[in-house]
Amino acid sequence: MEIPYTVEVRPDTGLTNGKIGIWLFLASEVMLFGALFASYILIRTGAPDWPRGDTILNVPLATFNTIVLITSSVTMVMAWASLMRNRFGTYRLYMGATILLGGVFLVVKYFEYSHKFELGLFPSTNNFLAIYFTLTGLHMLHVIGGMAVNAYFWGPGAKLWKTNPEWFRNRVEHSGLFWHFVDLVWIFLFPTLYLL
Amino acid sequence: MQATTTTDHAADIDRHVRIYISVFVTLMVLTIVTVAISRLHLPVPIAVSVALLVATVKGSLVACYFMHLISEKKLIYAVLGLTAAFFVVLLFLPVLTHATGFWIHHQ
Amino acid sequence: MSEPTAVATPGAHVVHAAHHEELGFWRHYVFSTDHKVIGIQYGITGLLFLFFGFSLMMLMRWQLAYPGAPLPLIGALFGESRMPGGSMLPEFYNELGAMHGTIMVFLGVVPLAVGGFGNFVVPLQIGAPDMAFPKLNMLSYWSFFLGGVTMLFSFFVPGGAAQSGWTSYAPLSVIAGTGQTFWLIGMIFLITSSLLGAVNFIATIIQLRAKGLTFMRFPFFVWAQFVTAFLLLLAFPPLEAAGIMQLMDRVAGTSFFLPTGLVVSGQVLQHAGGGNPLLWQHLFWFLAHPEVYVLILPAMGIVAEIIANNTRKPLWGYRSMVYSLVFLGFMSFIVWAHHMFMTGMGTAMAAFFQTTTMIISIPSVVILTALVISLWGGSIRFNTPMLFATAFLPMFGIGGLTGLPLGLNVSDIPLHDTYYVIAHFHYVVAPGTIFALFAGIYYWYPKATGRKMSETLGMIHFIGSFVCMNVVFMPMFIVGMHGVSRRLFDGGQGYQFAQPVLHLNAVSSWGAWIMALFQIPFIFNFFWSMFKGEKTSDNPWEATTIEWSAPSPPPHGNFVHTPQAYRGPYEYSVPGAAKDFSPQFEA
Repeated sequence: MEIPYTVEVRPDTGLTNGKIGIWLFLASEVMLFGALFASYILIRTGAPDWPRGDTILNVPLATFNTIVLITSSVTMVMAWASLMRNRFGTYRLYMGATILLGGVFLVVKYFEYSHKFELGLFPSTNNFLAIYFTLTGLHMLHVIGGMAVNAYFWGPGAKLWKTNPEWFRNRVEHSGLFWHFVDLVWIFLFPTLYLL
Repeated sequence: MQATTTTDHAADIDRHVRIYISVFVTLMVLTIVTVAISRLHLPVPIAVSVALLVATVKGSLVACYFMHLISEKKLIYAVLGLTAAFFVVLLFLPVLTHATGFWIHHQ
Repeated sequence: MSEPTAVATPGAHVVHAAHHEELGFWRHYVFSTDHKVIGIQYGITGLLFLFFGFSLMMLMRWQLAYPGAPLPLIGALFGESRMPGGSMLPEFYNELGAMHGTIMVFLGVVPLAVGGFGNFVVPLQIGAPDMAFPKLNMLSYWSFFLGGVTMLFSFFVPGGAAQSGWTSYAPLSVIAGTGQTFWLIGMIFLITSSLLGAVNFIATIIQLRAKGLTFMRFPFFVWAQFVTAFLLLLAFPPLEAAGIMQLMDRVAGTSFFLPTGLVVSGQVLQHAGGGNPLLWQHLFWFLAHPEVYVLILPAMGIVAEIIANNTRKPLWGYRSMVYSLVFLGFMSFIVWAHHMFMTGMGTAMAAFFQTTTMIISIPSVVILTALVISLWGGSIRFNTPMLFATAFLPMFGIGGLTGLPLGLNVSDIPLHDTYYVIAHFHYVVAPGTIFALFAGIYYWYPKATGRKMSETLGMIHFIGSFVCMNVVFMPMFIVGMHGVSRRLFDGGQGYQFAQPVLHLNAVSSWGAWIMALFQIPFIFNFFWSMFKGEKTSDNPWEATTIEWSAPSPPPHGNFVHTPQAYRGPYEYSVPGAAKDFSPQFEA
């Protein structure tokens, strides 16, 4: 039994099921991170004093990470564009780069976190660090999740290209949307935590 | 098997790729800009406004061009519009409710 | 990977009855991706949890009726740490209270109303072969199942299950025992399940509806599930965030919800402080208010279907009902702080939330009124589903009206956190939603099984439940207006002002225990009818909506011929028509 509009668009909505599905999911993610940002606002406005981000956190390292993530967004959309151009090899390269850049992001975060721990700075130390670790930690989990999905479409999932290229293109586009969202969250996280 | 759209849209994709590159460059520039401005240590309200403005521009570029939102369907816009409304509610109503003394002092 | 598929491409008129390759027992019955199997899984699991949550409450009611008295026979089963000498400890009472609420709301009603009825009925009602994402659907069920297991398991950890109310207010919940951590983990599984389910419902309803089924031709039940899915999608994530933060507070020592200088048992807590207990309340109620509409909307949907069918008339005011539904869904996101009137917010914000709360009562009243007017002039058939559906109307009316003094800031002051609140919300959920769910079970049972449930047993179930519901909850309004707080482990016995109304606690308790007895005919009926129930045709109720065009029970793929919608959902008694119903699916 085939579910209609999995690959071809439904004429009156102009969408495939997957396209609607991923945007709905991203809408829920907006509310998830929104709640954490709202918590940040409430805690910070209620605090007698609040450290400026660059006094505690490593801005150069985070700037580098911002550049890494934005670049990975470009490689991600280029991966999809390569599929649109029927260049599977190029797709593999760009998708691989996306995953690698995600890995670089994680490595940098590892160094950031462990340095904090070495200095005795933990989530329990104060609320600035609590919200910092929670926001970036949850974001990091999303990076890992995105990488896992991308790795699937780089590796075993890529078999679909041979049997149903249209569907494969769509699915790569959808995981790209998730990846861009992860980048988008960081674009707001970075100045909020590190620069203000 | 669906008719492939790729060869029909080859020129389209080239145009898209050019846009991706220019957006990428813009995002890099804006990243540098936002870090540079933070070095000025402006008063908090101004610093927050500027930083959020830059972030919003960057985010919009990612959303509109990398996520193709600029050419998306109305239904998606409707879902995201609804989400944006509730996002704003969530962000601001709690702190408004607990700006204790705010309304008392400003009546 | 070749499999004999039935291709339901747009334009095809005949769907080959799909005989998918022989799936083993596990793939067929346990890890099925068929929405009907998943719907039944949700339904049975939900009913089991409802029964379990009900049992927890029956235990509590002993303590409330006879505070401190040892519970004969059963009391010994709970051991010395919970009921020494058969007498309930306050901690155990709190455990029962917190878990009763949690289980009924998150493991009972929502899984049954949304996961069960939604999954089983919606694809059939829109003429779809399944949900848009069948594998995701299966994942949703098993995530719910894991959440349920986690919640049940929490009873066995040292210190017992969560004891800080289903609302888990900080700072009590943060300093509470291990059970609370399991509550939080369980909630994360449950929220994930709901989020994935919501994505599925919205995508399915928009994308997989049959040809000719425009939005304004949807059965009201589909609209109700559609709006409910949006509530789940956008309101649950903040609670997930809050749950993560409470976990961080409990496990990583953060102070998101812990204020500075907190003293616990005479000792100053060694923590960073600077947190805000009200932050938890905001995030919790941001979900929990839309959540109560999640509890009622599917119920309204079920009642609407059954009333239209059993009055042999179209629903009165369908369009107004739909607009009200959508407006209600939207408003539900901006009323939450009426649960927080006592937290010291400024008068301006209190006025804001009071106003939005009053406004939100309007669409509710529109829907209820339309349903009542729908009865006028109808050829009413009083079968079991209709009995429960019509009883829903005054019960929901009482529940809704009694909410008004709670939604107004000033009148909320004496009523907040009293038994009045308990009576209010139980009227809406218990003789409200649960009656609608019973109605739905009796109504759609023939579609799911090909047999009808016994009307006689149904009548006994109905009369007993209806009387007992009112015996349980009506006195609580009085108890609450006398000032007796909720969550008191002795039901107010220790307070002088409560003495005149204490006897009413025993009345409620006996009502609850007798109500339990009246569920026995239902449980028996449910299982017995599967084998001995009167066999029915595809459309025993002579209904107009698309699910009744499928075989009873429907095969994998649902329909023998791809359905199409030719008219609105409630074309009953159309002048000049041959029958008193013109089905949506007949040309």
